[in-house]
Amino acid sequence: MSPLGTAAQPLRVAIIGAGPAGFYAAERLFKETELVIEVDLYDRLPTPFGLVRNGVAPDHQKIKSVTAAFDRIAGNPRFRFFGHVELGSDVSVDELKEHYHQILYSTGAQTDRPLGIPGDDLIGSHPATEFVAWYNGHPDYRDCEFDLSQERVAVVGVGNVAVDVARILCRTPDELLKTDIADYALEQLRASKVREVHILGRRGPAQAAFTAPEAKELGELADCDTIVPADEAALDPLSQASLAGADRAELRKVEFIQELSRRQPAGKSKRLVLRFLVSPVELIGDENGRVKQMRLVRNVLYATDAGSLRPKATDQFETLDVGLVFRSIGYRGVPLPGVPFHDSWGVIPNAGGRVLDADSREPLVGQYTAGWIKRGPTGVIGTNKPDAAETVEAMLADAREGKVLSPANGTAAAAEALVQSHNVRIVTYDDWRRLDALELSHGKEQGRPRVKFTRVDDMLAALQES
Amino acid sequence: MKVRNILATKGGRVITIAPEETVRRAVALLVEQRIGAVVVTDAAGQLVGILSERDVIRAAAEDESIFGQPVSAIMTRAVVIGMPQDDVLAVAHTMLEKRFRHLPIVDEGRLIGIISIGDVLKTQRDAYQGEIDTLETRIIAAGE
Repeated sequence: MSPLGTAAQPLRVAIIGAGPAGFYAAERLFKETELVIEVDLYDRLPTPFGLVRNGVAPDHQKIKSVTAAFDRIAGNPRFRFFGHVELGSDVSVDELKEHYHQILYSTGAQTDRPLGIPGDDLIGSHPATEFVAWYNGHPDYRDCEFDLSQERVAVVGVGNVAVDVARILCRTPDELLKTDIADYALEQLRASKVREVHILGRRGPAQAAFTAPEAKELGELADCDTIVPADEAALDPLSQASLAGADRAELRKVEFIQELSRRQPAGKSKRLVLRFLVSPVELIGDENGRVKQMRLVRNVLYATDAGSLRPKATDQFETLDVGLVFRSIGYRGVPLPGVPFHDSWGVIPNAGGRVLDADSREPLVGQYTAGWIKRGPTGVIGTNKPDAAETVEAMLADAREGKVLSPANGTAAAAEALVQSHNVRIVTYDDWRRLDALELSHGKEQGRPRVKFTRVDDMLAALQES
Repeated sequence: MKVRNILATKGGRVITIAPEETVRRAVALLVEQRIGAVVVTDAAGQLVGILSERDVIRAAAEDESIFGQPVSAIMTRAVVIGMPQDDVLAVAHTMLEKRFRHLPIVDEGRLIGIISIGDVLKTQRDAYQGEIDTLETRIIAAGE
């Protein structure tokens, strides 16, 4: 048998999940010059790019330009995209082990943590990620229903997702028209009766997870006044002390929030209210089980032993009338069939990207992880680059030591035959390029950057025709 | 960024030593495991202290016979303890301010890991690298 990592016997790698972490892992693998490596990048959707397509807000088109870098990676002759192939239902981990030397899981964090309060499951209370996936045209969520006839909405959480959701609800149809938001979402948001959106943070402005540019953007909406109660924008002594060691970006974020709190409303038709130091304790429903109110408790901050500031409930409560609630208090990963999982953190247990056996905590040969399913939902798109690089270093070190799986059918042709044997219509990268061109041309007809396909059947039909 | 995001990729195995073990054994452990501090736990698994390279050096400077003594004689007892939900930025600040380099992490009374100033530094570096990369992408796109 030829040595592994040569033209006669390339190191064969399956990557599960075609988001940023998956692409960056492929990129780093291809930079390795001493080994010949082949990568098959799987995704359960026919479309690549994960949250860049289905998560990044449609009014943040520039962030999506990172896909140009992914296109270059996909141009490598040793790269194949196996879109529309799902781990578990279409291929199993055991089958992959028979066809690859190494498997990397980069499936991200796909769901929200529940609030864990009474009324969480009332009608009209939704995970923010479902709304995000809906307005971005994710095929699994395009048929979700959100009651946009409600006037007042609460978004629980002050991370990027919470801010995105609130901003999209407060944009005018004209603002949204310039984006690649799903066409049905554009239509429903056009008819939206939402007039007031409350973003609820349980800690103070200094601890909010959104960035300074995102705070600034909230103050620049075309037809929406952004309001921050002055007493909640003010910093408590502990937060003030914490900022002494903070970087400029942190300080600017707080300055923007405080600047917003000093503004007079300009009489625009919508209001976005940014609240701090409040936690929902109960959602109250009407006789039809539909959310009508939220009970909030005011918090104060205390410092933990290690110095981070945490919220502590006081005995002051208030009630907010809301007809729609989005919870966004943290993404979490979903377990993959046949792969160990750390349930309370929602990640795959790992050491520097090497997947660990759930019981022995020893590395499983040939199995790796990268991205949010490895470290949890944190950082920006680019953070996945050093994250994936760490994992790939471990993969290369193991490959050099011969610590790899022993696939009985370790060839590119055998892997493709395996997937075909399950009667799956593999969507290749060339197929995706055709879908991409169609979406762009449909967008051009309407003066928008892109009009997305939002049904898998429509994508497959379009490929059949073209 | 939370402490649990660092711990998630560290495997979760914590190297510990009993307080009655010798300092010699502890030093050997630090070398074997290539770590800078070891958490000291009693028979019930409860954290009772931490022994760092610094503790050893400080004690050895005063008394050459420390290696045969028990760990409990020279360990640091007043240990700052972290939680998985602590913010990494705040933890970094505290470690610099209070000049310690290892933070044991306890969750619901159970020792689940330890993070070092090196882990914090690596996380910060990766976060900044990621932000720079993302900003560069945006700037390049804006120029097109």
